Amino acid sequence: MSLTVEPGSAEGAALLGNGASSGDFAGLSLRALAWRRLRRDKAAMVAMVFLLLVAFIAIFTPWIVGLMGLDPYSFDQEALDPALGSIPLGPWGGISWDHPLGVEPLTGRDIFARLLYGARVSLFIASTSVLFIVIIGTTVGIVAAYKGGWLDTLIGRLTDLILAFPFLLILIALSPVLTQRLEAIGFSPEWARFGYIIIVFVVFGWPYLARLIRGQVLSLREREFVEAAVATGAPTRRILFKEMLPNLWAPIIVYATISLPTLIAAEAVLSYLGVGIIEPTPSWGKMLSDSVRYFVIIPSYLFIPGTVLFLVVYSFNVFGDAIRDALDPRGSRNN
Amino acid sequence: MIRRILTGILILILLSMVTFLLFNALPADPAALTCGKSCNPQVIAANRVRLGLDQPLYMQYVEFVKGIFFGRTYGSGTATFECDAPCLGYSFRKGEQVTPLILKALPVTIWLSLGAFLLWLIPGVLLGIYASRRRGRWQERVTLGSALVGYSFPSFFIGLLLLFFVVIRWQWLPYPSYISPFENPVQFLQTMVLPWLTLALVYMAFYIRLTRNQLLETYSEDYIRTARAKGLKEGVVIRKHALRAGLTPIVTAAGLDLAGLLGGAIITESIFSLPGVGRLAVDAVIDADLAVITATVLLAGTFIITANIVVDLLYAVIDPRVRLA
Repeated sequence: MSLTVEPGSAEGAALLGNGASSGDFAGLSLRALAWRRLRRDKAAMVAMVFLLLVAFIAIFTPWIVGLMGLDPYSFDQEALDPALGSIPLGPWGGISWDHPLGVEPLTGRDIFARLLYGARVSLFIASTSVLFIVIIGTTVGIVAAYKGGWLDTLIGRLTDLILAFPFLLILIALSPVLTQRLEAIGFSPEWARFGYIIIVFVVFGWPYLARLIRGQVLSLREREFVEAAVATGAPTRRILFKEMLPNLWAPIIVYATISLPTLIAAEAVLSYLGVGIIEPTPSWGKMLSDSVRYFVIIPSYLFIPGTVLFLVVYSFNVFGDAIRDALDPRGSRNN
Repeated sequence: MIRRILTGILILILLSMVTFLLFNALPADPAALTCGKSCNPQVIAANRVRLGLDQPLYMQYVEFVKGIFFGRTYGSGTATFECDAPCLGYSFRKGEQVTPLILKALPVTIWLSLGAFLLWLIPGVLLGIYASRRRGRWQERVTLGSALVGYSFPSFFIGLLLLFFVVIRWQWLPYPSYISPFENPVQFLQTMVLPWLTLALVYMAFYIRLTRNQLLETYSEDYIRTARAKGLKEGVVIRKHALRAGLTPIVTAAGLDLAGLLGGAIITESIFSLPGVGRLAVDAVIDADLAVITATVLLAGTFIITANIVVDLLYAVIDPRVRLA
C-alpha cells in the first residue's frame, strides 16, 4: 500500500462510489462489500423494491391518478347510498371499476387516489425533514466535536434541553401556535401545516444525530490521516468536510433510514389526532381517524390505509436493519 | 453525581423557560384564547389583567415559577382567587385550576404506564435472552421477525384493531370506561387490559431486539468465557454475568420510556378514551388552553429529566464496573 495523502477521503469516496478505483487497496471497497452483503439479504431486497415502487408512485402521483381517471378531491354522490346515510354503495366500501379501493363515506371521494396522494404527502414531509436533520445534525456534530471548548458545552446543553422535551406532546402542542404564525406570514393553510410538521421534526430531530456524529468525530480526530492533514497545513474546513465527512456516511445513512419510518408514523399520528394534515389534503393518518366511525359497516376503510402505512414502515425497518448490518465494519453479524 | 443533579436542575429551569415562552409568546394573543369565539373585548381585557398577561413576559414567568413553589393570587381588588402551591396556572377554558386537573388525570396515566411497563419489559427481556440463546436458528429468526413486525405497527393502528375486534366485533370486553381500581377492580381491569396490551406490543419489540443485541455483544467478552470455563451453569452465566453487564442500555431505555409514558400516553389514552394526562394535553391543544398545555409539557419534561438522573444512579448499582464520579 502506497502512502496516500488522504486515505480518509479515499475510504470515504469508495463508500460513496465516486472513487472506488483506489487501486492500491486489495479486495473490495467498503461500499462494494456493503452492497454485496445487502444484495444477499432477500428480505431487504424485497423491501427495497417495494420502497422504490412507493417512491416512484409518490413522485408521479398526479400522472398515475390522472391516467386512471381518478381525482382525490372530487365528490361522487352517485357512489353513495343516500337511503343509508351516505355510506358507499355496494360491498367492500364501494369497490368498483370506477373506484378500485372504494369511496369515502359522506363525500364519495376516491380512496385509491387519496391513498396515493397520502403517500406523496407522507414521503414528502418525512424525506424533507430527514434531509434537514442530516444537514443540521452533521454540521453541528462535526463543529461541536472539532471546535470543543465552550461551543461544545453550549451545544451539549442545547441537545440535552431539546431531548428533555416530550417529543410527541410538543409536536401536538405547538401545532396551533406554529401554524397560526406561518399562516400569518403568508403560507397557505396547507403549506403552513407542512411547514409546521417539518420544522418541529427538524428542531427536535437533529440533536440525536448531532450527538452520534460528535462521538464519531471525536474518535476520528485521533486517527493518523487527520493528523497528517493537520501536519500538512490543511485548512480546518478542508479537514472537517473533506477528511472527516466521508467517514461519517455510514452512521448518517443508517440514521436516515431509521428516521424515515419514525417520521412517517409520527406524521400519521399527528393527522390521526387532528393536529397534523387537515382537509382537504389527503393523509393516511386522517384516513385512519375518519374510518373509525365506519368500522362496523366498512372495515376496508380502516384496513387499507392502516395496512399501507404498516407495510411502508415495516419495509423501511427491514431495509434499515439490513443496511446497518451491511455497513457494520465488524462485518459478519448476520451471515 | 452532584454535578449530574445540578445539570438536571439547570436543564429543568431552561425547559420551564422555553416552554413558558413557546406557549405564551408564540400565540398572537393569549388573553383572546381564554374565552372562545363568543367573546367581547371587555372580557378579554379583564382576563388579561386577571391572569397578569398585561405584564412583561419575564414578570409573567417569575409569577408562574413563584406560583409553583409558593402559590399565587390571581386578580386584584375584590375579584381575586387563590391558587395554592404547586400552582400550575388557571384554565379559563375549564374554569378550573390546572393543578387539580393534572392530579385527577395523573393516576390514570400512572396505572396505564406501570401496567404496560411490566407487560412489555419482562416478556421483552426474556424473549431477547431466548433469541440470543438460539442464535442463527429458526427460533431466533421467528422471534426477531415478529419483533420487527410489532415494532413497525403504528401504535394507533394496533389500538384500533384491538378495540374493534375485541370490543366491537367479538364483544369479549365491554366498551372501555375508566374507573379507579379501588372502586371497581373488575371494570378497571376490563378497561385497562387492551390499552396495556397496545402499549406492550409496541414497546416489547424494541426490548427483544435490544436485549438480544446486548447479550450477543457481552457473550464474546473475556469474562464470560472465564465464567464458562469455571464450569458455571449456563443459566448462572447469563443471569449473573452477561445480563448484568448488558443491562445498562436496557435500564436506560426502560427508564426513559416509562418517563415518556408517565408524561402522557397520548395515543393510547385517546383511542381508549382514558382520562389521563395525555388526553388532557390533547384536549387542551384542541381547545387552545395554554395554561394546561404549558403545565403538561413541563410535567412530562420533568419526568424525562428525573428519569435520566435516576437511570444514571442505577448504572452504578447494576454494573460494578461503573463508578459514580
